[in-house]
Amino acid sequence: MAEEIRLMKGNEAIGEAAVRAGCRAYFGYPITPQNELTAYMAKHMLAKGRIFIQAESEIAAINMVYGASSTGARAMTSSSSPGVSLKQEGISYLCGADLPAVIVNVARAGPGLGGISPGQGDYFQATRGGGHGDYYTIVLAPKGVQEAADLTYEAFSISEKWRVPVLVLADGLIGQMMEGVVFPEPIDPATLPRKDWAVGHVTEMHRPYNHVTSLNLEPDGLEAANRIRFERYGHIKEELVRYEEIDVDDADIVFVAYGTSARVCHGALEMARAAGMKVGLFRPITLWPFPSARLAGLAERGKRFLCVEMSMGQMVEDVRLAVNGKVPVYFYGRCGGNIPSQEEVFAEVKRLMAL
Amino acid sequence: MAMKGSVEIDRERCKGCQLCTRACPTKVLGIDPEPNSWGYFPAKVIAADKCNSCGNCFVVCPDVAITVYRL
Amino acid sequence: MELAYKHPKSLKSIQTKYCPGCGHGVIHRIIAEVIDEMGLQNKAIITNPVGCSVWADLYFDFDSVQPAHGRTPAASTGIKRMLPDHLVICYQGDGDLAAIGTAEIIHAANRGEKFTTIFVNNAIYGMTGGQMAPTTLVGQHATTAPEGRDPILAGMGYPIRVCELLATLEGTKYLARGAVNNAVNTRKTKNYIRKAFEAQMRGEGFTMVEILSQCPTNWQMTSLESVEWLEKNMIAFYQLGEIKNTLSAPATAQAH
Repeated sequence: MAEEIRLMKGNEAIGEAAVRAGCRAYFGYPITPQNELTAYMAKHMLAKGRIFIQAESEIAAINMVYGASSTGARAMTSSSSPGVSLKQEGISYLCGADLPAVIVNVARAGPGLGGISPGQGDYFQATRGGGHGDYYTIVLAPKGVQEAADLTYEAFSISEKWRVPVLVLADGLIGQMMEGVVFPEPIDPATLPRKDWAVGHVTEMHRPYNHVTSLNLEPDGLEAANRIRFERYGHIKEELVRYEEIDVDDADIVFVAYGTSARVCHGALEMARAAGMKVGLFRPITLWPFPSARLAGLAERGKRFLCVEMSMGQMVEDVRLAVNGKVPVYFYGRCGGNIPSQEEVFAEVKRLMAL
Repeated sequence: MAMKGSVEIDRERCKGCQLCTRACPTKVLGIDPEPNSWGYFPAKVIAADKCNSCGNCFVVCPDVAITVYRL
Repeated sequence: MELAYKHPKSLKSIQTKYCPGCGHGVIHRIIAEVIDEMGLQNKAIITNPVGCSVWADLYFDFDSVQPAHGRTPAASTGIKRMLPDHLVICYQGDGDLAAIGTAEIIHAANRGEKFTTIFVNNAIYGMTGGQMAPTTLVGQHATTAPEGRDPILAGMGYPIRVCELLATLEGTKYLARGAVNNAVNTRKTKNYIRKAFEAQMRGEGFTMVEILSQCPTNWQMTSLESVEWLEKNMIAFYQLGEIKNTLSAPATAQAH
């Protein structure tokens, strides 16, 4: 019997996906626009006898994830932009200690208190390692409720496989809207294998004592640890890049957009095609590792790019880096919580077509 | 019959803080004029026969540099 | 000839980096002794917090986790909630607990988290070279209180009595304050630690033992002067003893 389709809010679908992925501990804190996620986890984690804590701050929450993850358990926290800023030090520690974790950012407009409407102004923070030191987190960017659920579900195994925290970067629109969603089979956390690098269960694991730490005061030691981690980042770049392409082959101009912006571009693309313009859409799904090679390839074929974001332009820099000057990379952005309409994006691409 | 004991100082482990000399009720311990390899002047048994194995020296020692035996 | 006092198993037999006379070394040993006596070496997890005792993972011979500065109670919450049958020790200094981590310790205590906090109060920031801590006494000198701590005129605030502060929270079940400046106080402190660990293993929480500890280097005294100063000044302000004890009688029930 096929899994039933359910009409659910993005925030709640993310919660259900995490519960099904065998998340054993969730630590949250109230912040719009992701509150339904925290409430969903409270209801369903407690109902399953798992750990739910509303922490005293987003800082405490990410450090509770650090503690839970150090025992090898699947742990998650979620927040929105200002709260995710508070988590950056904790995320740097998770990376420095090679601990898996899932962090969900239902992004809103900034900076500062900003607004509670959707935004994509957290791209730099998410993809450049928002805290101190050389590190990256894997960043997955869903464009709708189904993908938000799928990517959250998969984030746990990806994070454990690479021992790199995974950030699911959605936004307020994806969090708040309702769409049909089908969920994968639930995993019972008790069936998940224990980790030999974790603390706890020393006797059962027949292992020496473990010391989870990111501290290394010997420069050679710390450099070696960083270099080993960057080798892992190299393998992640080879194996984990994901993107979606629509009508790119014959396109003169290709939209580059992720998440909600990509949905808008898809509408604009259809309007352009209807008007006889060869426009395509390139949608990165992994913001880190960024699909640079693919974009460079498209640039080789002379395509031009229009990067559309709900920010003043952040991902556009990665597109320009990938394209490396071969072809023009234009940018169109709205911010403050405004979502560009497909009409205005269509108007922009029409203007660029004439250049 | 009073308890009798003996004390062993790991003079290399000792950092010469002298807290054991203060803690010893019968003044068994003093300061070694010869420094150890770190340059600390370690504790030294100066009145072995007075030790009653009370263990105060061991209890206050921050470096677990003392072993106490009961005779 | 019989061995009366020997090196505990759960503590590695290596020289520590701690300064001569530093109380951390004593505290490490009595924790390890209690763990040996309770047979918990393979079920113990300790935090090595940012501060002098960040070195603790070199010395304790069992699992450890190094949390971000001040977030030790949050990390310990995550650890204990995932491993309820393990002994989780939230080892903290006074900067970690009472300055940057005040929210974390208060809310962990208020949630009645079932780990045991070992709070080393040496009234100074040690690792960073002698700055004023939340527990620095009025008039006590520090690099950031060059003329001595002046609560109001210099806006340095008053020293915080953490046990008393947390005692008002219903989640706290056992709050004791000991000291390691002499043999009597050290032995009493070890008993407080055992009581707290036993309560934890019975599934009772929140338990904490605050331990007044000498810091000769940053108090700029000899070790002998420091234990005298602690006796005269710290103990006068930070009353020793069981500040709060609402533990159930030590039933034989195992931690669920």
